[in-house]
Amino acid sequence: MSSMDITDRIRVPAGAWGGKISRLFMVAVVALVLCAVGFVVDREQFYFSWLTAMVFGVSISVASLFFVMLHHLTRASWSTVIRRIAEALMSPLPLLVLFFLPVILGNHDLYHWTHHDAVEHDAILKHKAPYLNVTFWVIRAAVYFLIWTLMTRYFYSNSVKQDQSADPNTTVTMQRRSAPGMILFALTITFMGFDWLMSLDPHWFSTIFGVYIFAGSALACFGTLTLAALALRRGGYLETVIRDDHIRDLGRLMFAFSVFWAYIAFSQFFLIWYGNIPEETLYYIHRFEGSWKYLTFGLAIGHFIVPFMILMSQWSKRRPALIGFMAVWVLVMHYLDLYWMVMPTHHKEGIHFSWIDLVCLVAVCTILVALFVRKLSQNPLVPVGDPRLPESLRLHNDY
Amino acid sequence: MDKTEALYGMVAEFDSPGALLHAAEATRNAGYERVDACSPFPIHGIDKALKIPGSKVPWLVLGGAFTGGIGALALQWWTSAIDYPIKIAGKPYLSLPAFVPVIFELTVLLSAFAAVFGMLALNGLPRLYHPAFNHSRFHKVTDDGFFLIIESEDPMFSRSTTREFMAGLGGTHIEEVRG
Repeated sequence: MSSMDITDRIRVPAGAWGGKISRLFMVAVVALVLCAVGFVVDREQFYFSWLTAMVFGVSISVASLFFVMLHHLTRASWSTVIRRIAEALMSPLPLLVLFFLPVILGNHDLYHWTHHDAVEHDAILKHKAPYLNVTFWVIRAAVYFLIWTLMTRYFYSNSVKQDQSADPNTTVTMQRRSAPGMILFALTITFMGFDWLMSLDPHWFSTIFGVYIFAGSALACFGTLTLAALALRRGGYLETVIRDDHIRDLGRLMFAFSVFWAYIAFSQFFLIWYGNIPEETLYYIHRFEGSWKYLTFGLAIGHFIVPFMILMSQWSKRRPALIGFMAVWVLVMHYLDLYWMVMPTHHKEGIHFSWIDLVCLVAVCTILVALFVRKLSQNPLVPVGDPRLPESLRLHNDY
Repeated sequence: MDKTEALYGMVAEFDSPGALLHAAEATRNAGYERVDACSPFPIHGIDKALKIPGSKVPWLVLGGAFTGGIGALALQWWTSAIDYPIKIAGKPYLSLPAFVPVIFELTVLLSAFAAVFGMLALNGLPRLYHPAFNHSRFHKVTDDGFFLIIESEDPMFSRSTTREFMAGLGGTHIEEVRG
């Protein structure tokens, strides 16, 4: 079977999804208005809610860039039919810089290290000031977005160009560029984690924090790709191109990354617990106090044990509906994981869900999904010129 | 070939993986039960064609995992909290976080043992001899030969009709093998 033999619909007719996209933007506008109301009612809550939701959206998009580069770097063939979805999911990144503007505005409410008087009388913060100062922090964020913009543009435009040219050299070049790209990805997502989340508690530090963010983000990205693949099939696109075998492989990745997340999460906790140094343990003490301990244990169960048990067997990985359910599940868990990282800074006494959390999440998700779907509709839904597409179309798992 | 040895079955050669797959399917559908296929490489769909039931290895691995995990917990609990308690870094004797690495490692170790040795045991390996080796062209199975075996213990087996049946499927070099 070659790309010529695909009988499924692989192109979205012009304007076919226009109604859906504008409805999503309308929901986004309503949610943004409610966010503005939230800002007026409770400014600090808004900033914390926005930060959580913003990192949720950006991290999934960045992890999608990782998926694309991983595909090239490993010369994977199975994921060729999934790759265009991942490319569309990463392509909103340049615009997502707008999501960061409220965080810049709210830096004083969010980050203790922005308070000059506090830094003056604090040896640790004074020591960290050359890195943790607003100017450098904004410059770094700009650098992350610049790197992501250049990389997503490069990989997206070359992939689309190959649709026409069917030039195998494009695949080779993209593979070559993925190696340095992967290093840049690792550095940017690590320092993104340090800057935006870890510095909420500026005395605390964990060298594994970047890997922790990466594990959760990649898991959420695989969940999003699974949902998108299932939604496309349900919508009458790629019905035989994306086989149950592809969904099963995405289920395997979700399984692997929920285990990876647990391994990293426990490693982070374990060393701090054993070392028992006050400025390190404080982070966990906050998260074992009040109702936060329920979320801490809830994440251990929901982010690890439940996906581990359900996704382990072949029986469940053969059921696309169940994989779809688990995809939603890991997305909820990724949000709760970020909530667990951010919110104890604001609500030390215990969990305090707010309606502002919800509207911020809705605003970020609808905008991200609308941009993603719009991009998806602009080009063929599979990379039709990719030399490895035929192999991906034949993907078959016996076990 | 030693004619005094018991008849093991009928072996036929096929010229492609696809032909073997179809032959395996047709043989099973015809009602033969004791059927096996041999090829130089794994063929997608051959398990289904031969109606081979699902592997029992996962259950053995689960058993290995629970044995390893519970064993590691019991070992550490007994040694550090009961038999020879020593205070370490002011932690309680029964400190679950400290036990996790060993629990993890032993769970993985015994799971891996169960997977590898369970697989070998269920396959009857290592095995140095098989009656099919007596087929005159069976050495091709490591290169370009695709073989189907119908065992003589199959209730439907008959020296004449089975031979005709295999010939009808397109099998060549159909031979009775003993041993």
